[in-house]
Amino acid sequence: MSRVNDVGGMAGFPAVIEEPDEPPFHSDWEAHVFALNGALIKRGVYNLDEFRDAQERLPVQQYLAASYYERWFAAITTLLREKGVVAAEELELPDGH
Amino acid sequence: MSDDHGSSVISAQVRHVESLLESRGLLDAGEIDTRIDEFLAGGSPANGARIVARAWVDPGFAERLLADANSAIREVGLSMAGGLQEQRLKVVANTADEHNVVVCTLCSCYPIALLGPSPGWYKSEAYRSRVVRDPRGVLAEFGVELPAGTSVAVWDASAESRYMVLPRRPDGTEGLAEDELAALVTRKGLIGTAVV
Repeated sequence: MSRVNDVGGMAGFPAVIEEPDEPPFHSDWEAHVFALNGALIKRGVYNLDEFRDAQERLPVQQYLAASYYERWFAAITTLLREKGVVAAEELELPDGH
Repeated sequence: MSDDHGSSVISAQVRHVESLLESRGLLDAGEIDTRIDEFLAGGSPANGARIVARAWVDPGFAERLLADANSAIREVGLSMAGGLQEQRLKVVANTADEHNVVVCTLCSCYPIALLGPSPGWYKSEAYRSRVVRDPRGVLAEFGVELPAGTSVAVWDASAESRYMVLPRRPDGTEGLAEDELAALVTRKGLIGTAVV
């Protein structure tokens, strides 16, 4: 059974839009998420396949609503929780965001 | 830079996770910035362009490139082993009869070392879903109209394999030096959503 990321050939998506002069990252946090993932994989906290899998098994609605690097961050925090590196409540922002 | 509320919330969340990991010894202070700088200074479409220009002027190199790209690109000082794991590279050559285009339908696999950071459209569901079903339609959205007799091959990258297109050398470029030829090659040309 295919997962939500397996969109090859799926009908219904709109025309491809190019962004002129697109920067590599649209916000600083995106660059941080990118670098954080590389650092954790390099340290062996999880591997690349686990990271990809963690994105692909996000709840479907969350996957489709999220931006590219929002998916990355959701996968990172999922793996940090599942690996016991951090507890779920520790991921909550202290000021209650 | 986006500064709306959603962006500021996720910025705070990312910073929070970074501090948690630093406190557990899983992240060094300054490591994130170093990685970002290295990434931005690393891969660039100029690398892919250099490979293409060499292939245009050196038929022996072109042959080696199409047979075993991982080995051949070492001749020009490039490698697919600089990332998290070595990736297999296959270079596919456009001809008068066949045009090639690259996608990753499952996610966003892409030869970053040779092309630099990938464009948003490459990662979009629109591109990933449609280019395998209607490549001519998608190419038309990029302004590429192929003759009816030209077939289109779509290459779907995977976790272990990356693809790069070797565009056709434009007519009238016989007198150009290798670096001048490289300057003609664009990122989209290397993905296959443009002709050079």
